[in-house]
Amino acid sequence: MSRPEDILPPNLFYDDISARKYTSSSRILSIQSDMAHRALELLHLDQPSFILDIGCGSGLSGEILTSEGHMWVGMDISESMLAIAVDREVEGDLLYADMGQGVPFRPGSFDAAVSISAIQWLCNAETADVTVDNRLKTFFETLYASLKRGGRAALQFYPKDDKQRDLICKAAIKAGFAAGILEDEPGTKQVKVYLVLEVGGTGGDITQAVKDLEGVEVQDGRSKREKKKGETRREWIGRKKERERRKGKVVKKDSKYTGRKRRIQF
Amino acid sequence: MKLLTANFITCSVKSCQSVTPALSFRDAELAREEIDFSPLFLRNILPRIDWPLLQRTAKELGFPALPETKPELSPIAEGDEEGVGSEEEQKLLKELHSLLLETSVQSGKLVCANCGHEYPISQGIANFLLPNHLV
Repeated sequence: MSRPEDILPPNLFYDDISARKYTSSSRILSIQSDMAHRALELLHLDQPSFILDIGCGSGLSGEILTSEGHMWVGMDISESMLAIAVDREVEGDLLYADMGQGVPFRPGSFDAAVSISAIQWLCNAETADVTVDNRLKTFFETLYASLKRGGRAALQFYPKDDKQRDLICKAAIKAGFAAGILEDEPGTKQVKVYLVLEVGGTGGDITQAVKDLEGVEVQDGRSKREKKKGETRREWIGRKKERERRKGKVVKKDSKYTGRKRRIQF
Repeated sequence: MKLLTANFITCSVKSCQSVTPALSFRDAELAREEIDFSPLFLRNILPRIDWPLLQRTAKELGFPALPETKPELSPIAEGDEEGVGSEEEQKLLKELHSLLLETSVQSGKLVCANCGHEYPISQGIANFLLPNHLV
């Protein structure tokens, strides 16, 4: 399957023709609306809220937010997509901006943020003077700041591979978010990956985001501290050696003498 | 761009990151569009609004002067699920609704008070793309 990310920069890829195609395809419409509903479900909003839509495109996800009574601001880098959004008279406010350059809002502006099929574009550095790491860092740091305390972000994206998925997750965690990944229909071609982020302060567990949802199983990948009490000296050495080995360092091989004291022989 | 968004937006030029300066409109052309009145949303957003900035923006765009201090709303009474409140509050919320949500700037410029960078607005969409050396 070809990935639009590998073809052209987003502002050029979504030109007038493909932007119109994107917005008129009934298949894309239904997938987009399902994902927007799912993202909204993950946000757990209990009152009409102020939401940021990152990569809003022609406002497909925004219309769902409007129908649920929320007010939104969308940002996108494709002028053609935004032009269609204007034609469709969406209720939200639109901004022509690049998410890799940061979210230009003052701290604590939004209740929540959503993004449908957009943040994988952060991993493209289109000109020589930007780097992927910098784009990710700027995006997540400014997003973190622009959300209010306890605010959530549900970002659906299409990672190219596991490496890219980890790259994006790590950047989010580095910016201070509590992060979790939700996969719908895992293992199939239609897999949908949601990165659920929470701005700290409530001290909550991010797996709470999916607590009440049906058909969700939580895979907790967070490392739990190994129990170290009662461990013998030899076991401790073995553990350290194993860790160094995993790092690819040269480690002395284990033998029956490992961890023994060097006593005087006579 | 709605006045609500303008109240929250800030300059994204690197040298302005630490000050988060407010932006002011220049050569603004206004438009109005009807939006459903949602008192609950206004109650949610009102504590976060930068009131002095809103006063300034309203003055710049030639709207009648707003109250000196941010109005305090009484908590929603029981059984009042829409969050309408008393008649007086409802009038106030309606005014805020029409100013913040229904009024938008169709074309003009947003100017940063700190670095002087100009963000053009056309068709109601502000252009926040920056040249890479400013990011």
